Amino acid sequence: MAKTKTVYKKSPGLSDFPLSYCPGCTHGVIHKLVAECLTELDVLERSVGIGSVGCSALNYDFFSFDMFQAAHGRAPAVATGLKRVRPDTMVFTYQGDGDLASIGIAEAIHAAHRGENITIVFVNNAIYGMTGGQMAPTTLVGQKTTTSPDGRDPQHSGFPLRIAEMMATIPGATYVERVSVHDPKHVNKAKKALKKAFEIQKNNQGFSLIEFISTCPVNWGMTPKEAIDWAVDNMIPYYPLGVYKDKTKEDNA
Amino acid sequence: MAKVLMKGNEAMALAAIKGGCDAFYGYPITPQNELPEYLSKHMKENGRVFVQSESEVAAINMVYGAAGGGARVLTSSSSPGIALKQEGISYLTGAELPAVIINVMRGGPGLGGIQPSQADYKQITRGGGNGDYYLYSLAPESLQEAVNLIKESFDIADYFRNPVMIAVDGLIGHMMEPVDFEQEIPKWDLKEKTWAADGMRGKRDKNVINSLYLDPQDLEDHNYKLLDKYNEMKEKHQRYELVNMDKADIAIVAFGSTARIARSAVEMLEEEGINCGIIRPITIYPFPSKAFDEIPSSVKDLLVVEMSTGQMIEDVKIVNEGKLPVHFYGRVGGIVPEAEEIVNKVKEIVGEK
Repeated sequence: MAKTKTVYKKSPGLSDFPLSYCPGCTHGVIHKLVAECLTELDVLERSVGIGSVGCSALNYDFFSFDMFQAAHGRAPAVATGLKRVRPDTMVFTYQGDGDLASIGIAEAIHAAHRGENITIVFVNNAIYGMTGGQMAPTTLVGQKTTTSPDGRDPQHSGFPLRIAEMMATIPGATYVERVSVHDPKHVNKAKKALKKAFEIQKNNQGFSLIEFISTCPVNWGMTPKEAIDWAVDNMIPYYPLGVYKDKTKEDNA
Repeated sequence: MAKVLMKGNEAMALAAIKGGCDAFYGYPITPQNELPEYLSKHMKENGRVFVQSESEVAAINMVYGAAGGGARVLTSSSSPGIALKQEGISYLTGAELPAVIINVMRGGPGLGGIQPSQADYKQITRGGGNGDYYLYSLAPESLQEAVNLIKESFDIADYFRNPVMIAVDGLIGHMMEPVDFEQEIPKWDLKEKTWAADGMRGKRDKNVINSLYLDPQDLEDHNYKLLDKYNEMKEKHQRYELVNMDKADIAIVAFGSTARIARSAVEMLEEEGINCGIIRPITIYPFPSKAFDEIPSSVKDLLVVEMSTGQMIEDVKIVNEGKLPVHFYGRVGGIVPEAEEIVNKVKEIVGEK
C-alpha cells in the first residue's frame, strides 16, 4: 500500500467558518499567516485577537481562539486594556488602513509610544473596502476612489501616509516592518516578519507592527491578477518593503 | 475602623480599591483629577493596573479590553470627557461587559465650566451613546454614601454584565468629610466569568467579545435580552430615600448634592412651621417610580430642584402622571443653589395656596 504524506493542511489557528473576503483579496493569506505563526509558537491557547471595523470586522469567526470585536480605530486601546490585566496573553490587533491610519491613528501611535507588549497586524490596501471604496489616508496620488473620483489630489487631500516609516520614529516601538504577500516568495518573507513580531511579544520585548501591502480588486475595479500587478507596480514603490525599526538588534549592539 | 477625613475624589478612588478594582484607565480632566492621581500611586502598591490614556476615547476602550478579559475595571472623568466616552460605553453595553464609570459632573454645554453641575442627567439616564441601552446609575449625596456605593458598584456591574455609572458633581469631588471604608455593603450573587476572552488555556471553547449582529433577528433577540436586564433593574433594584414625608405638605425631589442642600432647607422650613419632605432618588436609572407611590395624601405639590435647567423634572412628570402640580427650581453654570433659595421657592409655592 502506498504511503500518503501530508504536505499541507489548514492551520489549527483558523476555524472552519467560510471567509467573507472577495476573490483576489489578500486578507485570507494574512489570516493564514497569523494562524500559522501563533500555532508554530505554541501560543494559540493563550492568544487573543482584537478585530476592528472594516472588511475584517467578522474575523472573530475566522480564527479558532479568543477574539474581541473593537470599535473603529480603537483596537490598540482595547489590546492595551486587555494586555495590562492579562500580561500572559498573546494579544494582536488586526486593522485595515481606514481603521488604523485614519480614525485610529492616535490609538496606534500611543500604544507604540507606551511600548505596549502587543502586535499590530496592519493591512494596507490603499482604500476603504467595506464601505465601498472611499479614499483612505493611504490612497495613492492620482488613485480614483468613490470620494476622489478624479484621482487623489495632494493639494486637496495631502500625500499618502507612510505608516511603517512613521511608527518607526516612535521611541517605544520595538519592531516595525513592511511586507507584501503578492507572490510565494514574499508570503514566506512576510511570515518570517510576523513570526518575529510575535516572538518579540512572547519574549516581553514590547511593541511590534507589521504592515502588509494588500489588494482590493473589487474597489480598485480590477481582476485579482491586475490588482496584484498594480500593488507591485504602484504601491511598493511608494511603500517600500523592509525593516524600519528593530530595537532587538539595537539593544544587542 | 475609625473614620478617615478625605477629599471626595480621593475617597472615591480608595473605595474603588476596596471594591476590588483590578485596573483603572483614564485621562485628566477637572474637577476629578485627584481620583486618578490617587490611583496612580495606590493601584501600583496593590499590584493592580493604572494607565493614563491618550484620550477619553482610548480610556473607555482600554476598559472594554480589560473588562472583556474578566477584570474589574474603573474609569473616571467629568462631563465633556464622559461625552467622549459614549461610543465605548455603548460598545460595553452591547458586548455585555461590566465596568464602573465615575462622572464628576461640571457645567456645560461644550467646554462649559469646571464648577459643579447636574446637567448630564439626561445623558446618563438615557444611555448616552447609540442604541437601546441604559446604565445602572447611582447618585450619592455624601462621601460615605459614595464610598459604599462605589464599593458595591463592581458587584452590581458584574451581576448585570452592564456598566454602572456613579453620578456625582464637582462639589462631592472636592469636599472633605469623615468616611468609614469598612461599612458592610450588600453582597450580590455573582457567577464565574466563563464568558471572558483571556485565552482558552486548553479549558474551554473560544470566547468572543462582540456587539455586532448583522442578522436583524439576532440583533432583535439581543436587544430584548438587554431589555430583560433593564426591566429587572426597574422592578427589583430601584433605590431612594424619603425624608420627612409623613406629614409633608410639599415634597422636594432632588438627588446628589442638591438633595443634601434640600435637607438644610427642610430644617429651615420646619422652624417656620412648613412641613416639607424630600424624595431623594439614589438610582437615577432606574428612576425610583416606587417612591412616588408612597407619597402621603398630605402632599399637595412637588418641587424638583436640580443643578440644571430642568432634566430630572421630565422623569418626575412621567411618574407623577399629572396627579400633583410639579414646580421647578434650578441653578446652572456651576452655581450651587443655597438652602435659602429653596426655602423661598417652597414658601412661594405654599403661599400661593
